[in-house]
Amino acid sequence: MTNASHNDVHKDDLHVSLRGATKVFRRADDGSEVHALGPVDLDLKRGEFFAVVGPSGCGKSTLLEVLAGLSTVTAGTVTFEGKPISGEVPDGVGVVFQEDACFPWMTVADNIAFGLRQAGAAEGEIRARVEGALALMGLNAFAASYPAQLSGGMRQRVCIARTLVLQPRLILLDEPFGALDQQTRLLMGEELLRLWRETGATIFLITHALDEAAMLADRIGVMSARPGRLLEIVETGWPETRDSTIVEKPEFGHVTARLWQWLRAESMKSVGRMDRP
Amino acid sequence: MRLVVVLRLLVIAGLIGLVEMLCRMGVIDNFTMPPPSRIGADLWRLLASGKFNGAIGKTLSNAALAFFLAVSIGMLAGVVIHRIASIRAALDPFFATYYAVPVLAFYPLLIILFGLGDAPKIIIAFMLGVVAVIVNTLNGLDRVPKVLLKTARMARMGWFETANKITLPSAAPFVLTGVKFAVAYALIGIIGSEFILSTEGVGFEIAFAYNNFDNATMYPLILLVMTVSITVNMLLGMWEKRLLQRRGLR
Repeated sequence: MTNASHNDVHKDDLHVSLRGATKVFRRADDGSEVHALGPVDLDLKRGEFFAVVGPSGCGKSTLLEVLAGLSTVTAGTVTFEGKPISGEVPDGVGVVFQEDACFPWMTVADNIAFGLRQAGAAEGEIRARVEGALALMGLNAFAASYPAQLSGGMRQRVCIARTLVLQPRLILLDEPFGALDQQTRLLMGEELLRLWRETGATIFLITHALDEAAMLADRIGVMSARPGRLLEIVETGWPETRDSTIVEKPEFGHVTARLWQWLRAESMKSVGRMDRP
Repeated sequence: MRLVVVLRLLVIAGLIGLVEMLCRMGVIDNFTMPPPSRIGADLWRLLASGKFNGAIGKTLSNAALAFFLAVSIGMLAGVVIHRIASIRAALDPFFATYYAVPVLAFYPLLIILFGLGDAPKIIIAFMLGVVAVIVNTLNGLDRVPKVLLKTARMARMGWFETANKITLPSAAPFVLTGVKFAVAYALIGIIGSEFILSTEGVGFEIAFAYNNFDNATMYPLILLVMTVSITVNMLLGMWEKRLLQRRGLR
């Protein structure tokens, strides 16, 4: 997984920028307006690992869809590498969803090759890059298997490999480990850190697990209950070579505690309790 | 071989054996029905003589054409109807009551419109099958996980490409159920029409043999129709089984 553009030392450049990004939905049934998101101001540096936590239904996924070009903002601007994102999926952006997005009718190798085939890459190049992605995700032995033969964690690896093989410069992850058990989550988290270091991509991770965010990210954005705004950005200050053993450190406890401090009141709002501490 | 398969074959063999015995003992007289062994031998003789090659070719090619039209137009219509919610809502009750209408009753009307050629028969068989394909395609498309659609959008696929490469493959087990119906309906539609008003085809030959008390022709042709239909359905069943196994569903 080498990509020239990753290694051009543009690190710390402004990579993603949101200014007053706002999303208002109109309900299909009664036409009433729902203010789902924003206004959000946020800058991501190239190569940064940014996580977002927030109460359920706060618009985290809306924010991700906006960045992916799957959804458009109703006010404000969103730019990726200096170009505005407006309802069209930008080049160089990859997404991993929470749900199993494997195609059950294709082998693991064909699943991973899907995006490259769509882009019209040459068969030889596809084979080489798929092999690279299989190796990277430890899936070599399963190239000819069908997704149904794999565990949930392995299927999510396939989905990650399918995204990585396209060598995205910005990887958006929407609760990618949400459906996995705790041990698998921790290991997948470590794996994600490794991939982040190896690819140099900017990562935008949405999660509901505070410890996951605290363990993985450089910075963590805390979102409010709907309409989702960024309440606070917590810097973790971890070294780039971190792994899951970071959870032993007292600083890890501090970060998690700070996130919870911000989130507690918001989570109560979203479950309908208005009493504040 | 698994025990279930052995039992299944025993049931079939037992039933055929029972009929064979009843025929040979004269409980069923030969004028009503010859013994199954004779029917089989007669079929072999008929096929070897080539006497009915034209009729068989006609029936099978018409059925194949009706099947192909029902499946391709049915799948395309399913995709289009699924995309447009208002059309879907408007048509749903028609689909639900469609099979209450005996389509074969329209055969005389279709002959008036299209003449005594192949067209009315193919239209009947098509009409019988197409709605089963549409309904099952819709059913399958309803069950396509949303995340696959998002994946298609990430790959910048248009609606046709999404249907072709994502939603229809995802819905394949359901679509295949419709396809199996279409096989059966294609044969029913073509042979049924040949029975009513036609001068060619296996259905016509069966009716002709019936009117001439020609059991040595009628029963073998019935056996032929059954064999073709069951064979095609079994092949599709095997395909379906492989498809489901691959998805861990069977």
